[in-house]
Amino acid sequence: MLEIKKIREIRTRPRSQQLQLLASIGFVLLQPVIVIHVPRPPPSLLPFLPLHPANLTSHHQSTTIRSLAASPATSLSCFIASASSIQIGTAAAWIVSIGGVGLRYRMDGQNKNQENKYSIIVPTYNERLNIGLIVYLIFKHLKDVDFEVIVVDDGSPDGTQDTVIQLQKVYGEDRILLRPRPKKLGLGTAYIHGMKHASGNFVVIMDADLSHHPKYLPRFISKQMETRADIVTGTRYVKGGGVHGWNLMRKLTSRGANVLAQTFLWPGVSDLTGSFRLYRKSVLEDIISSCVSKGYVFQMEMIVRASRKGYHIEEVPITFVDRVFGSSKLGGSEIVEYLKGLAYLLVTT
Amino acid sequence: MKHIVKILSLVVAITALWIGLLQSSVIPRSHTWLLPVYFVVSLGCYGLLMVGVGLMNFPTCPQEALLLQEDIVEAKEYLKQRGVDVSSS
Repeated sequence: MLEIKKIREIRTRPRSQQLQLLASIGFVLLQPVIVIHVPRPPPSLLPFLPLHPANLTSHHQSTTIRSLAASPATSLSCFIASASSIQIGTAAAWIVSIGGVGLRYRMDGQNKNQENKYSIIVPTYNERLNIGLIVYLIFKHLKDVDFEVIVVDDGSPDGTQDTVIQLQKVYGEDRILLRPRPKKLGLGTAYIHGMKHASGNFVVIMDADLSHHPKYLPRFISKQMETRADIVTGTRYVKGGGVHGWNLMRKLTSRGANVLAQTFLWPGVSDLTGSFRLYRKSVLEDIISSCVSKGYVFQMEMIVRASRKGYHIEEVPITFVDRVFGSSKLGGSEIVEYLKGLAYLLVTT
Repeated sequence: MKHIVKILSLVVAITALWIGLLQSSVIPRSHTWLLPVYFVVSLGCYGLLMVGVGLMNFPTCPQEALLLQEDIVEAKEYLKQRGVDVSSS
């Protein structure tokens, strides 16, 4: 099953790889054509046509066969032929899967604009000021989209829930859902709790402290519709994205952590710890049930598990304005926790 | 297939190549024994290089902070008119 999903990826591979695939198919397919139409190819071309009978009908048959095996050109062309036959098999499976995917595309209406509803889950703790601003910006940038905002508050003592009730009076109780919990119970459980009350078929998760700006939400949605991806994740580390409010030390640790994770995990995404993502609801349910970590390692685990299961992941550059960094120190214990999480992911995914 | 299996098979392949080199004496013995060390050191250097390159090209967005401030002001105005409490205390 995993092979079929990986083959489906060829469709999104860069043009150069697609051309290489077609060229190798062409090379192997041309051989019988050459055999039929060119019974006596010039001797210089013989090593490149390993399947040609003229190669074997020389009067020095035994020595020819031995020299055939020894000559590097022949062995290279045999290698190319066998590699091409593997690629032909892959291409055949690819064509079959394209047909299957095309059929599925016609059969399900998930890409029609009118039929998608987006549930935006915002876990909050002591975000009395920011939650109002976030809700205003979401409504400003998602004017023609069917969505709902689910605020999962973990018993904030500063009156966040009262602010949300006031917002519900302004925007309507069907657009803003307040689903509080008695105390801080962790991010993963906050997502699960939010999903129980989500009525959309897509789920967006974002932070409530305005580091994730809702103006990127339309870009997430359009990227998902163009590419029919299962997960669209925001990345801060590519051109077009960016970070503000980080000093050199923070940038260094972030970059070092990224290089380590890319070397050992091969995740397929450029930003592993980001938490501004759009998931198809069924995909999120599937991944969350198999994740056990806490904190930002949880975000890493989610995206790595999704990548291993073969889900289609796309990326959108986002900007990240960190207003709270000054208050949290990045000490040695955080680094140890990160390394332990990395080792855990290396071994168990 | 689990990821660790992929990495271990890669390590096994490289080890087999190293043992092959040891036995066939294409390169003098002393160098062949040190090949793993060279490999690990070069991997470390490559990692450091990528960290340095990434640090130099780290994308920043100072203008976004200003835009955010403007958005915050706009949002506070709107919400104050509608009776939502946006005072900073």
